[in-house]
Amino acid sequence: MHFLLLFSRQGKLRLQKWFTPVPEREKKKIVRDMTTMVLGRKPRSCNFLHWKDLKIVYKKYASLYFCCGLDAEENELLALEVLHRYVELLDKYFGNVCELDIIFNFEKAYFILDEFLLGGEVQETSKQVLSRSIEASDMLQEVCFGRSCLLSVLSIIFSVVL
Amino acid sequence: MSPSVRLQEMIRVIRGARTQGEERGVIQRECAAIRAQFRQADNGTRSHNLAKLLYVHMLGYPAHFGQMECVRLIASPRYNEKRVGYLGAMMLLDEKQDASLLITNSIKNDLSHSSQYVQSLALCTLACMGSAEMCRDLAPEIDRLLRASNSYIKKKAALCAVHMVRKVPELGELFTPAARSLLSEKNHGVLHGAVVLITELCERNPDTLEQFRKAVPELVLMMKGLVMSGYSPEHNVAGISDPFLQVRILRLLRILGRNNDTASDAMNDLLAQVATNTDSSKTAGSAVLYETVLTVMDIKSESGLRVLAVNILGRFLLNNDRNIRYISMTSLQKIVQTDHNAVQRHRGTIVDCLKDQDASVKRRALELSLALVSAVNIRSLMKELLLFLSSCPPELRAHTTSGIFNAAERYAPSQRWHIDTILHVLTTAGGDVRDETVPNLIQLITTATELHCYTVHKLYRALITDISVQSLVQVACWCIGEYGDLLLRGECEETEPVQVTEDDVLDALETVLQSHMSSPATRGFALTATMKLSTRITHNVDRIRSIVSIYGSCIDVELQQRAVEYNALFKKYDHMSVTVYEKNGVTLKLQTDRQTDTGMTVTLTATNSTDGDITGLTLQAAVPKSVQLQMKAPSGDVIPAHGLGQVTQTVLLNNPNKVGLHSDTVQIDSFPSTAW
Repeated sequence: MHFLLLFSRQGKLRLQKWFTPVPEREKKKIVRDMTTMVLGRKPRSCNFLHWKDLKIVYKKYASLYFCCGLDAEENELLALEVLHRYVELLDKYFGNVCELDIIFNFEKAYFILDEFLLGGEVQETSKQVLSRSIEASDMLQEVCFGRSCLLSVLSIIFSVVL
Repeated sequence: MSPSVRLQEMIRVIRGARTQGEERGVIQRECAAIRAQFRQADNGTRSHNLAKLLYVHMLGYPAHFGQMECVRLIASPRYNEKRVGYLGAMMLLDEKQDASLLITNSIKNDLSHSSQYVQSLALCTLACMGSAEMCRDLAPEIDRLLRASNSYIKKKAALCAVHMVRKVPELGELFTPAARSLLSEKNHGVLHGAVVLITELCERNPDTLEQFRKAVPELVLMMKGLVMSGYSPEHNVAGISDPFLQVRILRLLRILGRNNDTASDAMNDLLAQVATNTDSSKTAGSAVLYETVLTVMDIKSESGLRVLAVNILGRFLLNNDRNIRYISMTSLQKIVQTDHNAVQRHRGTIVDCLKDQDASVKRRALELSLALVSAVNIRSLMKELLLFLSSCPPELRAHTTSGIFNAAERYAPSQRWHIDTILHVLTTAGGDVRDETVPNLIQLITTATELHCYTVHKLYRALITDISVQSLVQVACWCIGEYGDLLLRGECEETEPVQVTEDDVLDALETVLQSHMSSPATRGFALTATMKLSTRITHNVDRIRSIVSIYGSCIDVELQQRAVEYNALFKKYDHMSVTVYEKNGVTLKLQTDRQTDTGMTVTLTATNSTDGDITGLTLQAAVPKSVQLQMKAPSGDVIPAHGLGQVTQTVLLNNPNKVGLHSDTVQIDSFPSTAW
């Protein structure tokens, strides 16, 4: 996979993951091209497109379009399954996920994606294992933050005392 | 207070902005605040500020001043700060920036961190934006992790190694041993990573490929296990056990079996088993079947297996799911040259897909149909293609017309069929054909000599029906100009002849000339055709002359030039002077001057370049019965010597029936002897 994009019906970008090095200007152009192409598709079209030498696979979930760019040898039908798995993970995490969840918690959407795909390839095929590791990372984050909060509180108390 | 509130607050404010200008203002303020915060010492809010900046970046605003902050946060001991720092690095940094080098050390340290989640961050970032230099630097670390760590890290290390091999192919040698041993793992995540890594290694190095061919039996067993295993809740997707892993194994088998009989044999049974047992009612199963078909067609498989694969594709063509129909056609397109007969069996279904609603499916069906055209099926297939042309989406018309023309040229069963097909295309989609269609068709018509009458009739009928399609009108005009006499004759073997008069034909051409729909090129054709008819028709030459002379003052330069030249030609016919006798120093010239439609003056001029005078010259003329002759008296009966004078005699001819008159009809008789 070369890239994964999430954008709304109005073409607003909600997430962008690039798995190959692409200059900033080129990224903007690709995003523009993808949104134009995908949003221009008729409702009951097939989910596959051609763009330059890449295969583009997209799927609409509620108000969000999930769009990825593949190499010629990659399996488009499997890519649909990959997109679907990512949506399932988001759904499990946020509980009945909607676009607003992705907007206000975009960094979490990235963290979940980074647990699922690495370097553009699937790293874990079990939903349960993935959910567990996402939870565990969050737990670590809470503990760490809690600890740093405690530390700052303690340091304030100490400085006051001293 | 939850850590993300301030970020979410900012997002809310930005979204609340009603105009682009308002949004810009909010973002400028926020960025200024973030910048200020970055400059301050650590106050526990660094990760929130970076997160805010990343949101702003996603909206399209510049965020490069956050790059150093990413570097700082990555070096932090706190997990939440590291997490956002690494995320920022992946979003804001790429291998071209200097800042990316600064994180190499942090990544190195974090790869050996006690917490696997920190290791995971480092691996993810490395696999996302690691430069070639970083990869070379950290490859030994990754190799170590591939061998001795838990499955959570092993699976990530494997994919990180994939990235490294893509960036620095020589590193493949380093990872090969570890990759081999990973195949004996049980964990699906690790297995998947291992298969992906081995695929990458084999694609880049033929020696490695040779080495891994020995692993085919192991892979076959692995695959069998997945296919035959019962329901596994952890990996089940719509009845398929771990389709992600199955597809990757199949892809690796494809590479290993390519051009190798032994390896292909070893996987033959497995592929047959997968092809038969996989339930393709949902996408997951279809994805596995699809990959199986691709593998079967690419390795040295038995013919029975190949037929099975093509039949699967044929079944896919009938699937309700549009995606599966599309996939089937792209696959059939790949094998249509090598397995032509197998694909031909599904021609009916493919042709049906021409009527699909989806534009992508239509396009694929068109490509495939054109590839399937042969001498055997040309007539029936062309009917379908012409039907398709009449309702096909505009973006496909040009491609369809050129495909039809190519097919017609290669396999036309007869010239008449060929001409009919081209005419049909021009009538249906004449605006979408290439420029060379017109000269090509003219060439074709010229060579089909027995069909001239048929063709001119067909084109005349087309012309009087509709003059909007330029290519068709041009060919029709040319044809009428060339074979108009056949049209006027009123008889035709091949088709119902039309009963037209010369006026009708000239009307049709004049309509083209005057229509605002006609392009300048088309008008040129029509004018030339009109001109040509002046030699083929007899009654309306004056009308032709007047049409031509009108265009002598046309605004269009090309047309004007033509008209002027044609006018000149007319005048030349009118005042043609011919030398009818030249011998022994005596020259006799005949000049014809057309006075009216039916009247002509013939002037004989005799000159004498000999030394002596010639006397007793008389002129006798013989003309066809219907022509009336009136001879005037000669100017003299002595032709002076040395060309010092001449004798002229005028003959008036009246030709009411407009019989063809040529200068040699007038004969010179009775030559006197010369007095030298």
